[in-house]
Formats: sequence, structure tokens, C-alpha cells
Amino acid sequence: MQFQLNINGQERSVDVAADTPLLWVLRDELNLTGTKFGCGVASCGACTIHLNGTPVRSCQTTVEDAVGARVITIEGASDPVAKAVQQAWVEKDVVQCGFCQSGQIMSAVGLLSENANPSDEEIDDYMSGNACRCATYVRIKDAIKLAARKLEA
Amino acid sequence: MTMNVSRRGFLKGTATAGAALFIGTTASGVLAAGQEDVVLNPFVKIDADGTVTVIIKHFEMGQGTTTGLTTLVAEELDASWDQIKTDFAPADANTYNNLFFGKLQGTGGSTAIANSFLQYRKAGATARELLVRAASQKWGVDESLIKVSNGVLSVGNRSAHFGKFVHLASTLKATPEPQLKTPDQFTLIGKMDLPRKDSSDKTNGSAIFAMDVKLPGMVYVAIKRAPRFGGTLSSFDISKAKEISGFIDAKPLPNKAGIAVYAENTWAAFQARNAVSAEWDFSAAENRSDKELINFHSNAAKEPAVHAWGIPREDAKALIEKSERVIEADFTFPFLSHSPMETLNCVIEPTTSGVRVHDGAQMPTMIQGNLAHLLGIKPEQVEVTTYYAGGSFGRRATAAADYQMEAAMAFDLLGRKVPVKLVWSREDDIRGGYYRPMYAHNVAIGIDGDGKVTGWNHGLAGKSILIGTPFEAFMVKDNVDETSVEGVKHSLYNIPNMSVGVTNIETPVPVLWWRSVGHTHTAYAMESMMDMLAYETGQDPVELRLSLLDKSDDKQKRMAGVIEAVRDAANWKTGDQRGFASHFSFNTYVAVVADISVDGDRVHVDKLHIAVDCGVAVNPDVIKAQMEGGSGFGLGHILRSEITLENGEVVQENFPDYEPLRMRDMPAVDVTIVQSADAPSGVGEPGVPPTGPAVANAIFAQTGKRITHLPLTKSGFEFV
Repeated sequence: MQFQLNINGQERSVDVAADTPLLWVLRDELNLTGTKFGCGVASCGACTIHLNGTPVRSCQTTVEDAVGARVITIEGASDPVAKAVQQAWVEKDVVQCGFCQSGQIMSAVGLLSENANPSDEEIDDYMSGNACRCATYVRIKDAIKLAARKLEA
Repeated sequence: MTMNVSRRGFLKGTATAGAALFIGTTASGVLAAGQEDVVLNPFVKIDADGTVTVIIKHFEMGQGTTTGLTTLVAEELDASWDQIKTDFAPADANTYNNLFFGKLQGTGGSTAIANSFLQYRKAGATARELLVRAASQKWGVDESLIKVSNGVLSVGNRSAHFGKFVHLASTLKATPEPQLKTPDQFTLIGKMDLPRKDSSDKTNGSAIFAMDVKLPGMVYVAIKRAPRFGGTLSSFDISKAKEISGFIDAKPLPNKAGIAVYAENTWAAFQARNAVSAEWDFSAAENRSDKELINFHSNAAKEPAVHAWGIPREDAKALIEKSERVIEADFTFPFLSHSPMETLNCVIEPTTSGVRVHDGAQMPTMIQGNLAHLLGIKPEQVEVTTYYAGGSFGRRATAAADYQMEAAMAFDLLGRKVPVKLVWSREDDIRGGYYRPMYAHNVAIGIDGDGKVTGWNHGLAGKSILIGTPFEAFMVKDNVDETSVEGVKHSLYNIPNMSVGVTNIETPVPVLWWRSVGHTHTAYAMESMMDMLAYETGQDPVELRLSLLDKSDDKQKRMAGVIEAVRDAANWKTGDQRGFASHFSFNTYVAVVADISVDGDRVHVDKLHIAVDCGVAVNPDVIKAQMEGGSGFGLGHILRSEITLENGEVVQENFPDYEPLRMRDMPAVDVTIVQSADAPSGVGEPGVPPTGPAVANAIFAQTGKRITHLPLTKSGFEFV
């Protein structure tokens, strides 16, 4: 079936089965490979994208769900919050293998967009759906706090 | 996106017009320079525009090798850190071998920096030497007057970047032993705030992993595997798979281990694979439950079949029986899955001369050897293009090249004409074997009236990782696999009358090195026993360990050094309700103090204090990151991770029941790097072993419960 999608501000047309997860549309059809497959059951957060400004797991979002919505992926994350988060990630050298980090960043952008100055506990709660097997959590937390300070300044 | 990277093309295409300087080695192993990469298979390339590219012979799974090897070159070359680039090396075991592994190109055992330390520095120093000589000839000044800094050569008021001299430099002859800097001249090695080379790519979505490779005409394949290890295919039915949009075909693998299900995209491949039904022959399969296996291991640890180290078992037993007091404990450790975030995958495509494998390749030599054998071609006809790997923890390094071979079989079954991409789902990963082996330990310690150890009898039982692999020849002697007993055998503590024995368990469950290998269980058993010994004899756990180390021995002195460093950093006081553990692995010394909170049966690990001595600290911030990550990896698995079996079938399916460490579980981590002038040693693995026992010892200090059967949740604790 043909679907019209709005991805990172661009109109894109894809021809896939209606129940195809948006994750695989992004990766296999549109070559937007920054969004990662980690578990397929919304348990790791590696596939996190923004749907109308809210972080969602693209492995549980069908292509049909995305029709008419604004989809932002890591490749299109460019608002001031996203820029601050990515800059903080680089300054803190958060990454190790890096495979989960697109999802971590998209969740962190969601957190700081909702809550400009989250407490440690609020960070733990919001980010605990994003798994990092390299356990870069200490630095993720530091980077979120740094990004919050950057945005405040 | 279409990626078509040829073996030689990996360096071309990025070059600007004009000459380039390549620093590599000749067939006789001598450093040499030239304009063509073909002869040299270089370590360093400098383009006419001054861009320096370091060729990384190890793969990057997050451990920081890309940054580390680049640091070594940039240090000696005096290159500009911001401008230096990296590229992964092609498969070539003659040039890019791990110098600790013989003629084998591969990453493992926390050896990347250790084996490359002089090699990559020499490559950088050679490039610098040739550029300086070229500039001296061009400018007509003495070499000694030329300064090099940040990728620029200068003398007086004249200066120019590296690129201006590459043409001339590439015609000069390299000296056999270039002059290396002395440690006091280092400006990058040991620098705390040197940024990682892979941070930007990995935060904007542009880093390319093998999972991201897409080639024209590529077919996707998922494999339906036997639900029990060692099961073989009897029959299968694809009628339901045919209803899946995008399904292409399904073919049984020639080794009967599964069915290759082909489709037009990943999603269709997974769906169609799940829709295939099959009948299996389990006559040679593992059909036991993990409970039966654990009992079997526990009994085998009490009667070890093979003597591994120290005095004869019967002698130790006799000494212990005569002692005033005896401490005895049984430990059990479950199977564990590596579960890197990027599930296993690779792409194989036909080339004019053979095949090309696109992979987060941990051991290119094993891929070449195994695929060449399967496809009836020569190893050098198997090209390997290496990408960032989304974690590994050891999983991407099987001697049998397991997943690359699955892809090669699937590629072969389609007539070797079209590129094939194999993708594992998370379920495939968690149920797919190659686990950290299940292990049991039985330990008895005799103590005399003064609280001194009279004898230590240590039995282990588990499946050997190396028996039956090509590594057996190097690391298994008299039926003792070094990786089964490492950490108990050759303990740095001065323990009198120690005896170590092991039983090699046989099971069709495939096992593999898992971040820190044998130390994953030996450190837990050893350091729990040390804590029990301290408690039973009324000694401070830290002081007890120090009393068993002799500082006139270099290794024991360094072990004592990290113990004292963490004691001071954590402000450890006798009687503290905290946990302590230390361990030596991969030539690196690590000591940990764990601070926890306990509320009933709810436990939270608040902070880990870690001291590490890994020789010269090339990248202190990467070392810190590896201690944070390694301790987190160790912690997550001792808390609640286990792979269990019912009638041979893996019970766990995905992250919901193989729960990874989460943000809320992660303690604060304070790392002290002990200054050292010794040769650099590993950091990827050594943070794992002492973390678990430090936490378990803290639980004992606060609750009086000694946990010897992992994971900790088995003892009724919850981690919140």
C-alpha cells in the first residue's frame, strides 16, 4: 500500500504493508538508519523517534499510525533542545558502542522539552526505558544535566 | 544509500587530488613509506591536503580503540587531533594481526592498546621523521631546526602543513627504528580531556554499523533455528510464510541446524520466519533443564576430574581436615547472554574474485578461514569490510564464525549471485547460545588457631570455551583450559597449600568468552571466600588482603597499590558496612568498594569506588569510561540475569525477561587511576570481575546473608 509520510519536514511516499512498523520503514525503505532496532518489543528504546513532538518507540508505531503526523528522527533532530543535548553528549563523551544513543538522545530531548530542570529521580524514571548494554548511564545523566544548564543559559 | 567499498578503495575516494604518503610495513615487517597503499597496507595515510588518516586494525565495539590507536599515531606525529581521521583496516593477517595472537587479526582479551602501543607509535614517528626530512630538503635547513606541531612544520617564519611534503616524503626511505618520544614529551598520551574520535558520528545518527548496510538487489534472511541446542531439522512447512507480503523463499541449511527464510526486507524476513513451522530431531540435543545442569555441575565441582594447579587435591584435603576450623562454600553461576545492542548481522556480496563480508568484524581471520572453507575459495578471496560494532562483549568472536557462516550458507543456497543480509532478532540473540558457560565452584579453606590459612581446596566445573576450537592448541594443556580456571589459578594472594581442579562439562549448549571470560565467575568465588575468611577470623577485609600480598613481588605490589588507593579514595574504615573486592585480570589491577542501601529485601547500589592500575594510561577518560561501563555490565548481570532451560529450551525470549541494567540501577562511579610507568594493559574487561563480589560482600555486611548462587535475585533480593 502507498503511504504519505512527513519525515524530518519532508514529504515521503512509501509502498509497504499497512502493519509495517515505522522503524523498518525508516531503515529499510527510507535509508534513515540512525534509528536503531534493538528488541522489537518496546523494551530497549533504541528505536525512539518523535511523533508530533513526543518520543515513541518506532518498533510499536505502524506506518499507518504515522500518516498525518510529524515524524522526527535523529537525522532531523535540530531544534534548540536537540542541539543542546547532542552537544552535551559530545562534551561528556557519553558514547561507547553508540548503538543505543540515537534513542537515548531522542528520549532525553523529550524529557528536557517537557521538564527543563529534571531531578535525578525524574531522569531515572524518564530514561529507564532506554537500555544501554555498555552501561553509559553515568554520563547520560551528566549530559542531560549539562544540556539543561546550556538551555537555561 | 548504496555502499560499495572495495578492499583497496577503502582509502581511495576520500583522497584529494595529488600524492599521498602511506606509512606501512614491507613483507619483511620493516616500516616503509610510499605513494601507493597497495604495497604497504598502511597504518597511516597523509593526503596532499594535510589530512591524516589512521588505519585501525582492531574493531570498535565501544571500548575506545579508535581513539586509542589514533592517540598513539597523533602523539608521535604531532598531528592535529581535531583534523585526524580514522578508517577500519581490511582483513590482512600479515599486516594487521594482533601482535599477541600470532598471525591472527582480531580483537579480544583486552589487548588492543597493549599490542599496538609501540607499533602505532612507530608508524606515527616514521611519518614525522620523513616529513621533517622532506621539509629539510625543500627548505634547505637542518632537520634539527624544524618544529612540528598540530599538523604543521615550521622553521623561522616559514611554515606549511603536512600535505605540502607528502610527495617528497613518500620517495624517502624510512629508518628501521624511528626515534620515539620519552614519556615526559607526551602531549596526548595521558591527557584527560582528549575527545573520543567517534562521539559526533554516534550522536547524530551518521555512524554506520553493519546493520545499516544496504546493497543493490540485496535479499534479507532470517533463520529459523532448532529450539534446543544440538537439534537437527526433520521437516518444515512454509505455507503460512507464503502469506507474508515480501516473502521470497525458504531453504534448509546444509548443516540441518535451521531454515534460511528469505524476504524483501527485514520485517518481512522476521514475520515469514516466525510463520515457518518445523519438526526437529532432538536425539543429540541438550534436553535437560538448567536445574538438572546446575546440580550436575555442583557435584562435578566437588570431584574435579583434572588437576589444574598447586598441590594434589588429596594433600590439601588432608591439611584442611586437620585444621582448627574449615570454611566451605558452593557457588553456582548461570548461563549468560552477551546481548549486544546491535543484534548479530552481516552482509555477504559476490565480487569478481570471491566474496565480500560487511560486518562489525571482531576476528577477520576467522571469518576468512571459515568462509573460504565453506565456499571452496582461498581465504584471501574473502574480503572483510569492518564497521562500527554495536557492542560485542565477546559475542562477535566465535572461532567457528557462527553468524557469518549462517550468512554464507544462505548466500550459497541462492547461487552466490545476490547480496544477502542476515539479521538476528533479539529473540534469536537471547535464545541463540554462545553463552557465558554455567559454572560451579566448591571451595574449602582450612584455618589454624591464629586465623592463618592452612590449605585451600578449589574445585570448578563448567564447559570449556576453547576445547574443540583452533585455540585449544595454545591455551589448553593437559585438559586444563586456562580460561576455565584463570583468576583462581595463579591467584596473586600468597595462599599456602592451594589446590585447584576442574571438571570439563559436556553439553551441546554452545559457550563463549563473555566480557572478562573465566574471571566472571572466578573473581566472585575468590573474593567472596576472602570476605568469608576475613569475617571468620575477625580481620578487616582490606587489611586481610594486604597481609596476603608481598610487596617485594612486582605484581603483588601493584595489586596492593590499587587496594590502598581505593581504601583511601573511599575513606574505608574497619567495621564499615560496605563491600570490598579486588582482582587481577588481563594484566590490570582493579579494586572496588561498594556502597549500598538495604531496606528489607530491597537493595540499591549507591556508589562504586574503583581504583585501577593498567600501566601507562593512554586515554584516561576512556579508562574511566571502561571502568564505569565494565562495572555496570558486571553489576547488571549479577543482580538478575540468567539464561535458564526447560527440557533444553531457553526460557527467556527478549529484554523483558532478560532484563538489562537500567538507568535507575546504575550507581555513581568514582574512578582512581593509579599512576604507572609500566606497559599499558587492558581496560575493557577488568572492571567487570571485582564489581559483583564487592556488591555481594556489601550485602553480607548489611544483612548477614552470604549469596553464593547467582543471580542475587535467587536469594530473594529485589533491586530498586
